Amino acid sequence: MDRSEIAKLAQLARIEISSSTVDEVAKSIGDVLALVDQLQAADTEGVAPMAHPLDAVQTLRADVVSESDQRELFQSIAPAAEQGLYLVPKVIE
Amino acid sequence: MEWETVIGLEVHVQLATNSKIFSGASTAYGAAPNTQACAIDLALPGTLPSPNEQAFRYAIMFGLAIDAEIGKRSVFERKNYFYPDLPKGYQTTQLESPIVGRGHVEILLADGSSKSIRIHHAHLEEDAGKSLHEDFHGMSGIDLNRAGTPLIEIVSEPDMRNSAEAVAFARKLHSIVTSLGICDGEMSQGSMRFDVNVSVRPKGSEEFGTRTETKNLNSFKFMEEAIALEVERQIELIEDGGKVIQETRLYNGDTRTARSMRSKEEANDYRYFPCPDLLPVVFEDDYIDSIRQQLPELPDARQQRFMDSYKLSAYDADILSADADTARFFEATVAACQDAKLAANWVMGEVSAHLNNDEKSIRDCPVSAEHLAGLINRIKDNTISNKIAKQVFESMWQGECDADTIIEAKGLKQMSDSGELEKIVADVIAANPAMVEDWLAADESKRKKKMGGFMGPIMKATKGQANPGLANQILSKKLNALL
Repeated sequence: MDRSEIAKLAQLARIEISSSTVDEVAKSIGDVLALVDQLQAADTEGVAPMAHPLDAVQTLRADVVSESDQRELFQSIAPAAEQGLYLVPKVIE
Repeated sequence: MEWETVIGLEVHVQLATNSKIFSGASTAYGAAPNTQACAIDLALPGTLPSPNEQAFRYAIMFGLAIDAEIGKRSVFERKNYFYPDLPKGYQTTQLESPIVGRGHVEILLADGSSKSIRIHHAHLEEDAGKSLHEDFHGMSGIDLNRAGTPLIEIVSEPDMRNSAEAVAFARKLHSIVTSLGICDGEMSQGSMRFDVNVSVRPKGSEEFGTRTETKNLNSFKFMEEAIALEVERQIELIEDGGKVIQETRLYNGDTRTARSMRSKEEANDYRYFPCPDLLPVVFEDDYIDSIRQQLPELPDARQQRFMDSYKLSAYDADILSADADTARFFEATVAACQDAKLAANWVMGEVSAHLNNDEKSIRDCPVSAEHLAGLINRIKDNTISNKIAKQVFESMWQGECDADTIIEAKGLKQMSDSGELEKIVADVIAANPAMVEDWLAADESKRKKKMGGFMGPIMKATKGQANPGLANQILSKKLNALL
């Protein structure tokens, strides 16, 4: 992993990685990737890809409205709310 | 150079479930902001998704309707991106193993021929919330009521070659999902939204040109306009020596312009991976078969039935059968008046025109099928002429009860008393000697047409109430007597 790849990952994950720690982070991720390489060397011919570690299937719920309005409660812990809306820093693409 | 347009569609369809795809919050449209956004929809820590069976059932119904293979084992994936209307930081969707596989949809073209549009797949996913960018002290307002509403995203192959085909395909999808009852079809409320992929290539070329994607079109009209605009832009660009860039564009229906959605960030990288919170969803053949057996009548079958049992043309049958509510209204009208031809003309004519004009859907039609049939019955038994019928219909539209009451109250009954009509016709002939001379001097072949000229004054004298057939008969007799 080079510095530009780390910068791109940080951007995608919206986390800040200070320039003094970039090399350390690059090494840590590099170690993980080395482990992935080792895993990928295993012969998986004829093995179906696994979507979930549990050998079980999803149970489904009936289509019934079971939630009541708890807006007051939820918005009491929100940093900012107005007219029933959660307020966030302006984002327009 | 002659250019060929290539169009593919991605269509988001909101499923008409009561509750959300992963939570028990209501999906009802129009509620006060965030009153239908529960802890799961808000992605509060510790919450887990609880999938709604009905969303799967609806998606399978769609798959069966387009003759697609059903994903018996479907898997959810996380599509990661940051936006305030997506509190989890990822959209739960499907990528590798969608619920609906390859299928096809038949569309009717203007020349009467049909064309098959291939569906690549359709997958289940959750809708996002809504951002309101009006100014809240420099901040954006977020309403998460829509977050978690179940969607199927239908992805077509690039099989359409002009905007008319794309619109026909979009209308057909609308017709299928409303007939199935899996979507309310209310486009103005965002129940169906279209992303259009457009490219151009020299006619005869096998290779595709670079495509652009115009996102979030919510009406057939906007879709048609956006495609026309984009095709023109791409051709001009290439003919001027430029190159089309693969990009996402936004169309503004009010200004009829489009712009590139420039993103300062690098190209999207969604880093899909299987969602660890959800197990694979598995359906047995029995389950799918039981859904197949309960499928309601589909638009193609209904169109054929309308042609067979009501003797309608393919075109009329297509229009009347496309929308399930319109089809129901038409059939209820026919049942009550026993005249399919007149019922078809009225539903496609006055009813449709009035609905368009008032921007109403047939479900909110102020004139019921029974009342329309009552009006048609009075045309059939010659109580009123077609012209007067339109006047009566107008009154019915304004909320004035049934046809019989209106005809009675306003004295609109057709004048079918031959004695009374004889006198009026005689008066009209006497009052228009020039027209009579003209008629006498005309060729035999032109007399019939010229005779029509007398009908205006006759209708005027009877306030439009003369029985046209009878008046014509009397007029013909009287004029011929002058020869």
